[in-house]
Amino acid sequence: GLLLVKIEKMLPATRHSLAEFSLLTLLFYIFTLFLYFLFCPVLHNLLDKLLNVKQASDMPAVQKSRHRIDPDAIPSPIQVIEDDRAKCTEPFNTGVRGQVPPLVTTNFQAKDQGNASPRFVRCTAYNVPCTADMAKQSQVPLAAVIKPLATLPPDETPPYLVDHGEAGPVRCNRCKAYMCPYMQFIEGGRRFQCGFCSCVTEVPPHYFQHLDHTGKRVDCYDRPELSLGSYEFVATVDYCKNNKIPQPPAFIFLIDVSYNAVKSGMVNIVCQELKTLLDYLPRENPEMDSVVRVGFVTYNKVLHFYNVKASLAQPQMLVVSDVSDMFVPLLDGFLVNVNESRLVIESLLDQIPEMFADTRETETVFGPVIQAGLEALKAADCSGKLFVFHTSLPIAEAPGKLKNREDKKLVGTDKEKSLFQPQVGFYNTLAKECVAQGCCVDLFLFPNQYVDVATLGVVPVSTGGSIYKYTYFQAQSDTERFLNDLRRDIQKLVGFDAVMRVRTSTGIRATDFFGSFFMSNTTDVELAGLDCDKAITVEFKHDDKLSEETGALMQCAVLYTSCSGQRRLRVHNMAVNCCSQLADLYRNCETDTIINFFSKYAFRGLLNNPTKAVRDTLINQCAQILACYRKNCASPSSAGQLILPECMKLLPVYLNCVLKSDVLMPGADVSLDDRAYLRQLISGMDVTESHIFFYPRLLPLTKLESGSLPMAVRDSEERLSKGGVYLLETGLHLFLWVGASVQQELLLNIFGTQSFSQIDPSLTSLPVLDNPFSQRLRDIIESFRAQRSRYMKLMVVKQEDKAELIFRHFLVEDKSVSGGASYVDFLCHMHKEIRQLLS
Amino acid sequence: MATYQEFIQQNEDRDGVRFSWNLWPSSRLEATRLVVPVSCLFTPLKERPDLPPVQYEPVLCSRANCKAVLNPLCQVDFRAKIWACNFCFQRNPFPPSYAGISEVNQPAELMPQFSTIEYIVQRGPTPPLIFLYVVDTCLEEEDLQALKESLQMSLSLLPPNALVGLITFGRMVQVHELSCEGIAKSYVFRGTKDLSSKQIQVGGDKGRPPQPENAGVFVFITRFLQPVHRVDMNLTDLLGELQRDPWPVPQGKRPLRSTGVALSVAVGLLEGTFPNTGARVMLFIGGPPTQGPGMVVGDELKTPIRSWHDIQKDNARHLKKATKYYEAMANRSAVNGHCIDIYACALDQTGLLEMKCLSNLTGGHIVMGDSFNTSLFKQTFQRVFSKDYNGDFRMAFGGVLEVKTSREVKVCGTIGPCVSLNAKGSCVSENEMGIGGTSQWKVCGINPSTTLALYFEVVNQHNAPVPQGGRGVIQFVTQYQHSNTQRRIRVTTIARNWADAQSQIQHIESSFDQEASAVLMARLGVFRAESEEGPDVLRWLDRQLIRLFMFHLRRSPFLQVFNNSPDESSYYRHHFVRQDLTQSLIMIQPILYSYSFHGPPEPVLLDSSSILPDRILLMDTFFQLVIYHGETIAQWRKAGYQEMAEYENFKQLLLAPLDDAQEILQTRFPMPRYIDTEHGGSQARFLLSKVNPSQTHNNLYAWGQVLRGAPILTDDVSLQVFMDHLKKLAVSSSA
Repeated sequence: GLLLVKIEKMLPATRHSLAEFSLLTLLFYIFTLFLYFLFCPVLHNLLDKLLNVKQASDMPAVQKSRHRIDPDAIPSPIQVIEDDRAKCTEPFNTGVRGQVPPLVTTNFQAKDQGNASPRFVRCTAYNVPCTADMAKQSQVPLAAVIKPLATLPPDETPPYLVDHGEAGPVRCNRCKAYMCPYMQFIEGGRRFQCGFCSCVTEVPPHYFQHLDHTGKRVDCYDRPELSLGSYEFVATVDYCKNNKIPQPPAFIFLIDVSYNAVKSGMVNIVCQELKTLLDYLPRENPEMDSVVRVGFVTYNKVLHFYNVKASLAQPQMLVVSDVSDMFVPLLDGFLVNVNESRLVIESLLDQIPEMFADTRETETVFGPVIQAGLEALKAADCSGKLFVFHTSLPIAEAPGKLKNREDKKLVGTDKEKSLFQPQVGFYNTLAKECVAQGCCVDLFLFPNQYVDVATLGVVPVSTGGSIYKYTYFQAQSDTERFLNDLRRDIQKLVGFDAVMRVRTSTGIRATDFFGSFFMSNTTDVELAGLDCDKAITVEFKHDDKLSEETGALMQCAVLYTSCSGQRRLRVHNMAVNCCSQLADLYRNCETDTIINFFSKYAFRGLLNNPTKAVRDTLINQCAQILACYRKNCASPSSAGQLILPECMKLLPVYLNCVLKSDVLMPGADVSLDDRAYLRQLISGMDVTESHIFFYPRLLPLTKLESGSLPMAVRDSEERLSKGGVYLLETGLHLFLWVGASVQQELLLNIFGTQSFSQIDPSLTSLPVLDNPFSQRLRDIIESFRAQRSRYMKLMVVKQEDKAELIFRHFLVEDKSVSGGASYVDFLCHMHKEIRQLLS
Repeated sequence: MATYQEFIQQNEDRDGVRFSWNLWPSSRLEATRLVVPVSCLFTPLKERPDLPPVQYEPVLCSRANCKAVLNPLCQVDFRAKIWACNFCFQRNPFPPSYAGISEVNQPAELMPQFSTIEYIVQRGPTPPLIFLYVVDTCLEEEDLQALKESLQMSLSLLPPNALVGLITFGRMVQVHELSCEGIAKSYVFRGTKDLSSKQIQVGGDKGRPPQPENAGVFVFITRFLQPVHRVDMNLTDLLGELQRDPWPVPQGKRPLRSTGVALSVAVGLLEGTFPNTGARVMLFIGGPPTQGPGMVVGDELKTPIRSWHDIQKDNARHLKKATKYYEAMANRSAVNGHCIDIYACALDQTGLLEMKCLSNLTGGHIVMGDSFNTSLFKQTFQRVFSKDYNGDFRMAFGGVLEVKTSREVKVCGTIGPCVSLNAKGSCVSENEMGIGGTSQWKVCGINPSTTLALYFEVVNQHNAPVPQGGRGVIQFVTQYQHSNTQRRIRVTTIARNWADAQSQIQHIESSFDQEASAVLMARLGVFRAESEEGPDVLRWLDRQLIRLFMFHLRRSPFLQVFNNSPDESSYYRHHFVRQDLTQSLIMIQPILYSYSFHGPPEPVLLDSSSILPDRILLMDTFFQLVIYHGETIAQWRKAGYQEMAEYENFKQLLLAPLDDAQEILQTRFPMPRYIDTEHGGSQARFLLSKVNPSQTHNNLYAWGQVLRGAPILTDDVSLQVFMDHLKKLAVSSSA
């Protein structure tokens, strides 16, 4: 069913302070909303009932204001999430083409029946318009968010590994698509017709199999590539760089040992932690030792390489002071097997903090550091990952030297975009070289001031790496977060030297890609490293008519080197329906994925457009989507009514969250580095992460039951009760909000204190108390953390405390301090836009 | 009056000087007619156990452009306490400290037996000696091991306060920090990029100024140069852990060896930290530089290293550039008073031709061997650190040789391991021979046998006769840093009588020193050979007829490049221009001893006729020591007669040359290549190539008689033919 929002009264708008709203010429509206089910007129009564309920509920502030719309009357994300959860009782079977999967917030089991699981691929629309005109008319983006190496829950089978021996995977002769369930076998099984390009290819003799009476191969269900949506092929030597079986990858740790790094305690922490972490290097078989080799570099203005060859009694330090033309001073002994060189490595990690304890060097280099790692991988002829632990703006004389260009005055001007662009071209060139070698860079930043994340992040972002930022890092309070991030980052499953290619059936084409990668041509997505958390958003465009009969097919093939050094191909197949009716499109789309696409699209747009233009484009496209629906799909109703499609009823609220994010609408306290950091972070997010990032989860903690979570409340201050305690999760942060008149029982259970004033706001973890409530709360926090790719530091926020300002920033349905509209205001604005389009 | 023989010997023993003429023709015209110029071989630091140095400063002539040192030839007015300079005739008062002198109470420098005297001067702090090891790691495992052992051994030979440093190189150049505890640190430089001295200092060492500690004793602290006693253990371990260059060498390639940059780093390091202090850079190489500045050959094995043939055809791609690079480096090093040794041990060439200037201009050693794992290298290297009767090293640093002449003579130049200091003055001739245009030369590394050839010109005009009883005087002033770090000045003043060539030609003739002249002329020849084409030099030499020696010199590796690689030629020439007279003579005309049952060993002619079946020959060419067993002796030896008690005498005969050879091996630097061969042995070529080919395959049957000796397969002319030809030429030219 669809949701219809009707606009009833027209009253003068009073104090709309928002920039967008000031542009409006229409000044005299106040809205009241009525819910109305389009195809269920029977339910009119229900609607009335609902309204009555609302009026009876305890919402004093809102009720008193004549000007305000009842927030409960507008689409609630919480309701949608809960409804979807309630609906989803069966495992989700991927076999039915065009079916929208459960929301990312819903726990469900996916069963691969010929299409890739939504854990790997989520689409904006599962019914694709047949024609380009239709697509253009609707303005609904056609995109897929692909997370090729996603980790599956334990109850789902990971993709099978198919080994076709020396012959390698069977492929279509023309478009080179890999064998998949969409290949149609003909002529008794001697040939097959490609589902993508319709070309007919001979079946190689070793792959021949008879067909049954339905035309299916007899061995269809024995072969993953014929029956499943996702599987892996073992790649042959033809798929390897220089036609050589790859060497096992290497991890190189590059640690800043300048004054700031040592003083903040970072150096010490990293060195201590690495001693144990080295036992957890990624491996495919948990019983085997990892084959990943490791190397160590420290640096400030110069670079120190370490020889940790097993035969040495002591590690050796090799200093390279000529940073202008970086090279690796040693080969043998730099990259070593952890088990063989354990003693030497431990001795080194013990000595590094000592050696630099009294350093007075404050200047650092950055470009040469990455160059050094890259050169080391080149010399060892392998791919791998660099872990760079860096503190400051690299101002020492060296390639890639940067200057402080942070200029708050540029914010909001047309020149703002330059702040998101790298200040020198050096890193782009370097990134390209890194990608060519399969050198992925993960950057851990510990800045005390501006470090120019926009520039430093170029290489990590282009190589499929990650950036972690710990501003004003303090050993005491940030160690836990940093170490958990580091542990996860090192241990997580990762592939190297990857190339992703998305093939589609005739009529549609992948045109644009968003994420952390590099592209040297228009089709191949190159990823020096690809880990289980990275998602790539792909946009599709029509180049011909599609047929409802065959639907639209997509095959995403990722060629990569596994952490054990095996060259593999991971294939994800996805088929969606094609529709000639717009209503089908609107009925089968996914708002969370659309938002993921929109945010990535907008954040990339920042590089070349003024921020305001980017925001306007977003609003405009959304208005068009909704206007198109109103015009073509909704039943006739008064023009004053706002009618939203059921699947998109949260589009306005989520879009508002994107618009008022720090990236697109920064508050005064948001640094340029933070914005650049978030911008790059979001580019690699999957739908689950982007969803929680834009619409945080707010849990009331009054009652905790084991086994189930309390129902979340909407991100608005109105939902907070003074007497309660709330947990807010953003995917990056965790807040524990404590109301000023919190129940004493809660206080005792959570903090073990008697009064509100005794709560220590600097707590980063909850005290371990022996009561079921405390136990459960800590379990919840742990389980939240376990779900996210980054460790969330817990912040205790007391109501009316200074820190509450930070917390309020995440109450995204409210008006933000930086001028972001409240949900209600934005919805009104959206409605106005739509009306304008319609008239 | 003693014979000239005795006079010459006495002069050599006392002053280390051998003149070509011991009576000087009194005019320029006559001097030029004599062909052999007035010249001398001078050994500045000749060992004089009988000469205790005096502990005061020399007294100098007060004339600003003279500054000659007071010497026994000066006229002294004891009453007025005034002395007259015998070079500029300036009358100088004695300094106050000489107030007590009289005829019976004379300072040493005025006594005739002190024509050579050594002063110890106290000027500021004395820096310790510095030894910087520059080690190639692109060696075979066995070679590297041997080298490491030699280096470790050498540490024990160094004085405890000497500073040591270590640079290793292969594809990269590593400067090792020696002071650190725990982690061994080194600074690494890329082998392909020439760095300026400044970069090296910035990158490596800040070059802290010396810091005074305990009443004026200076302690020099840098990260890379540390006193041996402090880092002995550390460095021994470091050397022990030294690995072969870890970079893989693909099939068909040479290892990448950054010798040029390594040297540049070494020179730059010393330049920045210890300019004008005695330092020895010891370069150990096992192959040619193959990358970066100073590259001699590419890393492709299919391109062989340049040969004389390539050089003559102008096919040596890197030759000029590399030579220029090393010359610049040598000059930089020389300016700072640091000397560079090259120890090259490899079966193929190592680029000595390009690098020779490093040692030639700084007075360093060159040692060439097949492997570091040979006694030739091991013992030679050990001998670098040999000590004299005082327990001091036989090496001195930063020598400056100044020559002062009386008015009638001027100095044309010198040939030896030195560089010009460009000191123009009244005693400098415009006519350059060797390194000329100056009266001062710098000899950065100098040892008791270092011998320079100095060439003079008589400038007295024919019509201005020398006053009766006048003598030509030459003073050599050598300032240097003794190996015990004292600053010393050695002054040698010699005088020779003038003779009128027209009236006293017999006298002049009898004062001719044939040996010295041969060596002096040979040095000129070698010097020319270095800069000119071979045949031209031979022609020049042929014009300067010097009896027999020249025959062998013509055939020697000093002038002939046939059968020698460019490296070998450079090596031979290097030693020829620095050894003293005796050694030089051996090089020109190898000595051949014959051992037989017929009597005690006797020197025999270096002639093929001396090669007889029942003789054992011992040939000493300076570089090689060949024991050659004649055909019969060889057969006996093979039959094992020496094992039998009844042939004890045969055993003795076999041992005799071995003992003699041992004696030479014990003392010579560098240790000669020791060859034990026999008739028909492949190594016999060393002997056969040296002897005068009086019998060859060409004249073997023409003589129609049974020959004694061994015919030599050669197209070279024999001495007989050479002499005949010479005689003919002499007659025709005089006609």
